[in-house]
Amino acid sequence: MLEKVTLKILRYNPEKDAQPHYERYTVEAEPTDRILDVLEKIKAYQDGTLTFRRSCAHGVCGSCAMRINGRNRLACKTLLKTLDTSKEITVEPILGLPRVKDLIVDMTTFFDNYKKVMPYFINDEPLPEDGRERLQSPEERARFDDTTKCILCGACTTACPTFWADNSYVGPSAIVNAHRFIFDSRDRAAAERLKILAGDSGVFRCRTAFNCTEACPREIKITKAIAEVKRAIITGRLD
Amino acid sequence: MSIKTHQYEVVIVGAGGAGLMAALYASKKASTAVISKLYPSRSHTGAAQGGISAALGNIEEDRPEWHTYDTVKGSDYLGDQDAIEFMCFKAPELVYELEHMGLPFDRTPEGRIMQRPFGGHTNNETGKPVRRACHAADRTGHMILQTLYQQCIKNNVTFFDEFQVLDLIMVNGKAAGVVAIEIATGDIHVFHAKAVILATGGWGRVWEITSNAYAYTGDAPAMILRKGLPVEDMEFFQFHPTGIYKLGILITEGVRGEGGVLINDKGERFMERYAPHVKDLASRDVVSRAMYIEMKEGRGINGQRYLYLDVRPETVNKYAKIDGRTNPDGTPYQVTAEDILRKLPDIIDFCKTYLGVDPVKEPMPVQPTAHYAMGGIPTNIKTEVLADEKNTVVPGLYAAGENACVSVHGANRLGTNSLLDLVVFGKEAGIHAAEYAAGAQFEPLPDDAADYARSQLDAILNSKGNERVADIAKEMKHEMMDKVGVFRTEEGMQEALDKIRELKERFKHIHIDDHGKVFNTDLLTAWELSNLLDVAEITTASALARKESRGAHSRDDYPKRDDQNWLKHTLAWRRENGEIELRYKPVVITKYQPKERVY
Ligand SMILES: Cc1cc2nc3c(=O)[nH]c(=O)nc-3n(C[C@H](O)[C@H](O)[C@H](O)COP(=O)(O)OP(=O)(O)OC[C@H]3O[C@@H](n4cnc5c(N)ncnc54)[C@H](O)[C@@H]3O)c2cc1C
Ligand code: SF4
Ligand code: FES
Repeated sequence: MLEKVTLKILRYNPEKDAQPHYERYTVEAEPTDRILDVLEKIKAYQDGTLTFRRSCAHGVCGSCAMRINGRNRLACKTLLKTLDTSKEITVEPILGLPRVKDLIVDMTTFFDNYKKVMPYFINDEPLPEDGRERLQSPEERARFDDTTKCILCGACTTACPTFWADNSYVGPSAIVNAHRFIFDSRDRAAAERLKILAGDSGVFRCRTAFNCTEACPREIKITKAIAEVKRAIITGRLD
Repeated sequence: MSIKTHQYEVVIVGAGGAGLMAALYASKKASTAVISKLYPSRSHTGAAQGGISAALGNIEEDRPEWHTYDTVKGSDYLGDQDAIEFMCFKAPELVYELEHMGLPFDRTPEGRIMQRPFGGHTNNETGKPVRRACHAADRTGHMILQTLYQQCIKNNVTFFDEFQVLDLIMVNGKAAGVVAIEIATGDIHVFHAKAVILATGGWGRVWEITSNAYAYTGDAPAMILRKGLPVEDMEFFQFHPTGIYKLGILITEGVRGEGGVLINDKGERFMERYAPHVKDLASRDVVSRAMYIEMKEGRGINGQRYLYLDVRPETVNKYAKIDGRTNPDGTPYQVTAEDILRKLPDIIDFCKTYLGVDPVKEPMPVQPTAHYAMGGIPTNIKTEVLADEKNTVVPGLYAAGENACVSVHGANRLGTNSLLDLVVFGKEAGIHAAEYAAGAQFEPLPDDAADYARSQLDAILNSKGNERVADIAKEMKHEMMDKVGVFRTEEGMQEALDKIRELKERFKHIHIDDHGKVFNTDLLTAWELSNLLDVAEITTASALARKESRGAHSRDDYPKRDDQNWLKHTLAWRRENGEIELRYKPVVITKYQPKERVY
């Protein structure tokens, strides 16, 4: 069942425009179409200069985070039927990072913040003698399951007012990724990560605005993860 | 036009599982750069769901020999048995290596890596499915990609993110580097190297319904063809049985591993008729064909072109009982809705998001979806790229992962064997490329190294026709789905080949809207389409010539496998006049003589 929908898209071409401006596009689309499908249609048939990132088209690669009707979402995971298509749908780049072109922002700061929290497994102890896996109980594994789901889309961090105000705050995504290692029973660098996160640009900058948790397309309980990291810093315990 | 030049001993094109594994090893011994058109964490390895195979035997008896035989059989005897044996015997070591890098596999009650059954993987003595797929819920590929990227950060690997490689530089018959465009600026960069590793993934975007990412455009094989080098076994492209109806999004075979079954309009579990032993867990080619036949004979749901994949606990439990399926401790296999939710969280999320269907309560509408390239750039076990049917090595050039053809998958890949292929051969590529670089000199770079890439882009930018890129893409995808898909005929493939050639002509008359430099994805999408057209053409020409049915290549007019004439690999070149030349080379057979394939 095709219907007409109108997207109001914030456009910006650094080679031409002094300021970003909105442009409207009307296309025929199915209620089950994703915003990404609509953007693809516009790019294919109306305006090839419209620019955005995408790859997987089903919410697992983290390329297509954008502001849809004022909320950070993945374009490929937002179906028209979940929006009010009788009104214009506003599509804008995520906030808090430098604009590059149209819906594309420069993610460098985001990835730099990620790298600050030592987002990698550290355990220099000898490996099991039989060369096999380190043991971990299903319960220990479950402890950090939620935070292993992050696809580094940036929706959380760029929804965070603290991050908007100051890019040096590592942001919720980096904390989520630190959490994934801090609570992994096999990892040995929790203390170092907690020290980093106890610092000036760490978890105590979080004002629990909950924007991050609402934005996360992977439904990670980000605020809970941040609270657990705060508690670990305060109590010095990892349970 | 300024061109920036960089020099690294080893340059890796692609930052998916294969590229990152290669990077970890190459960077230990040689100066290394990884170039990727996507941020590494966006690579399609992250979409892999079900698992990575290794005969760990954590839950029940298993052996690398069985894994080897299953893979040979799965390949419909077209896989090279020396390479398959190498991969399957390396598998446990590589999976442990991933675990040691921190990969969060699911765990058994004893704390070991959890394993589930997958299509075509069996206990060779009982013929029953064996639990061989090591997994992290249904996001195993995500965890592999994240873990390898994290380790690259830890080891300070150099990345050029959002740089798209356009051309390979060859000097004196040796690889000497690549030419890339920096997407954010439009600047052209030349990467001078002693060794180049190609790891750009697949090309499912040739077909209409696909599980593959937009980025899967076959850039490396198209580049190889332009250099006068051949590609291997391109006619073998896997259609995965269970893509979400119309969207193609993958529903992992792990769903059937956990006990899900395929159901037709009459409510029958039809795989019983096609594969009496392993039923829904037969090889993918077998299941996809069975589904096509069911739909053709009018047993699609409501007569439509889809079937149901049913993983509701009551269905799973009903058929588990009929099959006599047991847990490792011998108790009957039974699941609850919570078990399904825990084991397949992403699948449930996809179905709810895209279909509004909750798989615990309703069956999922599925249809076969273009999924995986068995063919690709020919290599040997050391991942050295081969120039001809005599296996002549191209010095300094390596390929690994989905874009390579070693060949371990032959005519049909078993599920979970690709992730294994990435890490096993990605590692080999890293080691051998660095070793080669240590003993090699930089070849002098020609002054015009970037000219060809530049001219390709200029041709698109300056083209003033009235053809739309999207129209050409759409027609190609439709034609290929229809005529070079699960079932093929002489007539259909010839029509497809003519059509692709017509589209290639029309491509010369496209126009694009964006003529800027910054993030010109309009330009790059057009360039990618030219690669897809090249790949579609060579796939079809290879398929047309192969007058038999084997694995994923299934012909109505030649329904039988013909070992007498066709137990051989296809090598395909595109000559300068545009003609396609096909030659063949023998399959390496060591222990397992071809026999009829029944599941
Ligand atoms: C939905 C889905 C589920 C799957 N599930 C499983 C599974 O459970 N088990 C299994 O074994 N296999 C599975 N597979 C198959 C497997 O995931 C892929 O074959 C594999 O991940 C490919 O890895 P790769 O390293 O070769 O390529 P990718 O991970 O796709 O990486 C390709 C890289 O190349 C880069 N690139 C491409 N072109 C260029 C260029 N021109 N210039 C610069 N960079 C470039 C990209 O940016 C990317 O970094 C699945 C596949 C899909 C699609
Ligand atoms: S935590 Fe969620 S929102 Fe934030 S980067 Fe990860 S997946 Fe995206
Ligand atoms: S395109 Fe991959 S998350 Fe949207």
